[in-house]
Amino acid sequence: MALTHTLEAHLANARPRALAALLRRFRDLDVAEDALQEAMLRALKKWPATRIPSDPAAWLIRTGSNAMIDRIRRDRRFAELASDEIALMGGPRDHTEVELERAEVIDSADMRDDVLRLMFMCCHPDLGVHDQLALALKVIAGFSVEQIAAAFVIKPKAMEQRITRAKKKASAVAGRLETPTAFERTRRLEAVCLMIYLLFNEGYASSHGKSHINPEICSEAIRLARLLLSLFPAQAEVMGLLALCLLQHARHRARIGAGGELITLDAQDRTLWDREAIAEATVMIEKALRKGRPGPYQIQAAIAAVHCRAATAADADWAEIELLYGALEREMPTPVVALNHAVAISMTKGHAAALAALAPLEDDLGSYLPYHVARADFLAALGRKEEALHAFRAALSLCPNKGQEAHITQRIAALQRCLAPD
Amino acid sequence: MLYAILIYGADGVFDRLSEKQQEAILAKHGKLQETMKKRNALGAVARLMESNTAVSLRPHGGSVVVTDGPFAESKEHLLGFYLIECATMDEAIEAARLLPMDTASYEIRPVHWSNQQASDGPDPHA
Repeated sequence: MALTHTLEAHLANARPRALAALLRRFRDLDVAEDALQEAMLRALKKWPATRIPSDPAAWLIRTGSNAMIDRIRRDRRFAELASDEIALMGGPRDHTEVELERAEVIDSADMRDDVLRLMFMCCHPDLGVHDQLALALKVIAGFSVEQIAAAFVIKPKAMEQRITRAKKKASAVAGRLETPTAFERTRRLEAVCLMIYLLFNEGYASSHGKSHINPEICSEAIRLARLLLSLFPAQAEVMGLLALCLLQHARHRARIGAGGELITLDAQDRTLWDREAIAEATVMIEKALRKGRPGPYQIQAAIAAVHCRAATAADADWAEIELLYGALEREMPTPVVALNHAVAISMTKGHAAALAALAPLEDDLGSYLPYHVARADFLAALGRKEEALHAFRAALSLCPNKGQEAHITQRIAALQRCLAPD
Repeated sequence: MLYAILIYGADGVFDRLSEKQQEAILAKHGKLQETMKKRNALGAVARLMESNTAVSLRPHGGSVVVTDGPFAESKEHLLGFYLIECATMDEAIEAARLLPMDTASYEIRPVHWSNQQASDGPDPHA
């Protein structure tokens, strides 16, 4: 039957919202996950025979809550719970019913804070970045431990332990996360945007594994950005984040060569770019800029859009890109932004100016691969080949994966061919 | 008469289907388009971007406010539409039955007026 084919897609789509609401209800991540699990099992049994409800998340929340409350009541270990604790979990049966009726029409303001709470819990500052991402993939996206372990190239057993530890820490926080004030909401939103962006980057420039990109992780980050935007539809920076991820991901088929090597922007086959995604992102940036509240994600998306608009790398409007990097550097004065600004300068003001712009960055970016690649490029373009070779070798020692290694080895070989006749 | 088939569904579900499932869905749309084309009865066809890309206009104190997102708070959004030329509502229903029923629901609305017409179909004003 056709219905079962798409059932899992509907369930996966409803998962973050359903789990977020269950977490608010039960104040405990394990209990919320159990409730969701039970609801999903019931959905798999029930939906094929009837139909997929018009609001799958609401159905899962109602069914999961009911199942969990019933289980708690049945469970002897909970028999002695103080009555006020029972009340917290939904109160006596009659009240529960009333409350669950209400849950059918989920208040969008509640849902917004619920999902934000769930996401914020996963990027708690006590957790290391990779633990945050692993936890987000497990809890919000519903990835299996095996999938996450494969993405981070560690044994499933070790990943499971890491996730369990991270979950414990995050869960302790979750119980204390009240409905936020406007200020607190902004802070959470910023943290969550960053987490989604880091997740996207983990897929885009994989720090683990043989392959340079992991499209599945990128797609998941894009889904989370879409979810966040659907809950905060007026947030210009969330639009910027989504546009940025869409634009970067639109190029993924062109970024890896047949041998798994990385292909830089100027050498990519632009017919492989996903035009639909680029169009959607362009609309998103336009919408965001109407608000007149530019921020780092919007500016970075605008830069990516300039690249995507150009028919060839040489056609890109580098003057505009350099201006945008200037604006970005004012918003976000980090060495990495300054590095990218220097690359743009190399296209507008020449390689000597670009090299000069790099000079102050050496202390900060000495162990940052793209710094050495950019420096090698500038030096090679200025004819300082020995220095360029030296910079490429520094880059080679920093390569996190085979794709990038292959790319730089090629560049070194090309440079050596130039040097050979001398 | 010209009929609109309005396609409603949740954002994000199609994207989660496997390539094979997506192809199966697109094949059904292809079937409808082909069938109507053969009858010279296919008008405009549109697949809309996600509702996140939408803005809404509404009157507010004598002026117009532009807000982000779709107008109605809803779980199901307008995903796209067809305009087809059919002799009767029954015929329009038969045509819509060609579409995939597990990822979207459909609303068939007779069209009062349109500048679009099915390729060689009768003038909708006639």
